[in-house]
Amino acid sequence: MFALSGLRHDYAGWRVLDIPDWTVAQGEQWLVLGASGSGKSTLLHVLAAILRPTAGRVEVAGQDLSALGGAALDRFRGRHIGIVLQRLHLVASLTVLQNVQLAQYLAGLPQDAARAREVLAGLGIADKLAARPAELSQGQAQRVAIARAIVNRPQVLLADEPTANLDDGHALEAIDLLAGQAQACGATLLIATHDQRVKARIANHRMLAA
Amino acid sequence: MNLATISIAYLRARKLSTLLVVVLLALGVGTITLLALVSSQIEERMRRDAEGFDLVIGAKGSPMQIILSSIYALDVPTGNIPLAQAEELAKHRMVKQAIPLALGDSYKGFRIVGAPTDYVAHYGGEPAAGRLYAKPMEAVLGATAARTIGLGVGDAFSGAHGLDEGGDTHADKPYTVVGVLGRTGSVLDRLVVTSVDSVWAVHEHAEGIDDPKVAQAEREVTALLIRYASPLAVAMFPRYVNANSTLQAASPAYETARLFSIVGVATDVMRAFALVLIAAAGLSVFIALYQALEERRYDLAVMRTLGASARRVMGLLLFEALLLSAAGTLVGLFLGHLAAEAVGALFREARQADVTGWIWLPEELLIVAAAIAVGVLAAVIPAWRAYRTDIARTLAHA
Repeated sequence: MFALSGLRHDYAGWRVLDIPDWTVAQGEQWLVLGASGSGKSTLLHVLAAILRPTAGRVEVAGQDLSALGGAALDRFRGRHIGIVLQRLHLVASLTVLQNVQLAQYLAGLPQDAARAREVLAGLGIADKLAARPAELSQGQAQRVAIARAIVNRPQVLLADEPTANLDDGHALEAIDLLAGQAQACGATLLIATHDQRVKARIANHRMLAA
Repeated sequence: MNLATISIAYLRARKLSTLLVVVLLALGVGTITLLALVSSQIEERMRRDAEGFDLVIGAKGSPMQIILSSIYALDVPTGNIPLAQAEELAKHRMVKQAIPLALGDSYKGFRIVGAPTDYVAHYGGEPAAGRLYAKPMEAVLGATAARTIGLGVGDAFSGAHGLDEGGDTHADKPYTVVGVLGRTGSVLDRLVVTSVDSVWAVHEHAEGIDDPKVAQAEREVTALLIRYASPLAVAMFPRYVNANSTLQAASPAYETARLFSIVGVATDVMRAFALVLIAAAGLSVFIALYQALEERRYDLAVMRTLGASARRVMGLLLFEALLLSAAGTLVGLFLGHLAAEAVGALFREARQADVTGWIWLPEELLIVAAAIAVGVLAAVIPAWRAYRTDIARTLAHA
């Protein structure tokens, strides 16, 4: 779950985000829609605890983010929040399996290779464990990024424009994968997108105005 | 998965840059290690060779040459001094011990030294086989000389005139090997030692002097190794010797120090060169990591989103620098020791000081610490930048 109240963020003198009140229950799935510059990414960054808003209260998975700082905030992020970025940013020098295990290691959780393999298998890329990201197709790389985001069973799964570079068929498939994986670990899912093609796949929508 | 897995994966992804850093550091560390190994062993050896002798008296000439020829068996002597004068000096009240040396011949490049057995005893030489010389024309071989020449107890050989190979041989006055000395780690290992009488006998015979009286009057020694009876002699005795127009007093301590200061310039230049190499290695660590930081901005930001603290990310870069500099240092140490052993093998062939690469010096710990410190220090700025990276801004600009 997450709960926002009085959330505002200003950037270079502009108000880029203004959400007076929004609460999403655990396990719900939402699309955040809006044109570029409407603050979708900013909202995601705030929820991902990598950006402190100018004002307002942000509660993620029952935790008031403003109460945490430094390494404690980092640890919280690693254990409770999964993020799939628009550019996937897999670590090029590590293998697929290592990229997923990286999430376990950096979150300070026990390194469970079986869990990492199981997640990758669930996403249909069990045969690419030893491959480097450069050897993967865009769709495969995105699956690895999703696997990396959910391997620690986060309570909130965030995805930023996950369909931006995909054709119609793959775009819908990506949304379904995110929805399915979020459901499998009981995570609240929030997808930021301006992609009209995927609107029908997720019931809950929130529009952000520019 | 741990810090090392990640660091090694990154280093492997940048093989050329990694190689450059390791090679530069290894060359610097190797050069310094080589210098330290060779100079410490040569200095130690020369110190030991000169130990216990306060003064050397030779024929008028260069004091350095006297020390080189009579203590280290390196240069040619300045000439000879009459036996009568040498005996008179040996009886001087300031002299506790005086060891006469008669030089001039060699066998297969190893010098034949005519000296009383006191000389052998001074360096702690004891027969590993056979016994010490007692009668004229008996000789003992130093350990290195025996091994290289390949002679043993009971064998006979004839000395050659002069200190280099190829002089006329005194074939009609052969020596008999009566003993082979154990290794002493001193100049003694490279000598053939016999009595002064033997050297005289060879030369009187060669020069056709048969009248014992004439022979007695013309007898000479090359040098006199002196040990003082009292510290006061340091100030007075050399002056007393030098007042004699045909004699030259030379202080082993002073001349050896002078030699080191001359050779030291070359060592200092090489050491400075090695330090430049290490500094260049430090710079290359800095550049490699700084570039890596640019390439890895997103990786580092993603690691932060996966839960890595700023300190962990900084630690990753520092650990990488540590790995790089440790690898360079280890390779350098190995190369340094290997090169010292190679130099030693070369010197051994030339029958000079024994240098080996298979010893460890305490100062190598200092070299290791300094080299690793340079590498890690070079990583501080990139690591600090990684620490300060704003995750959201980095990802927003992706």
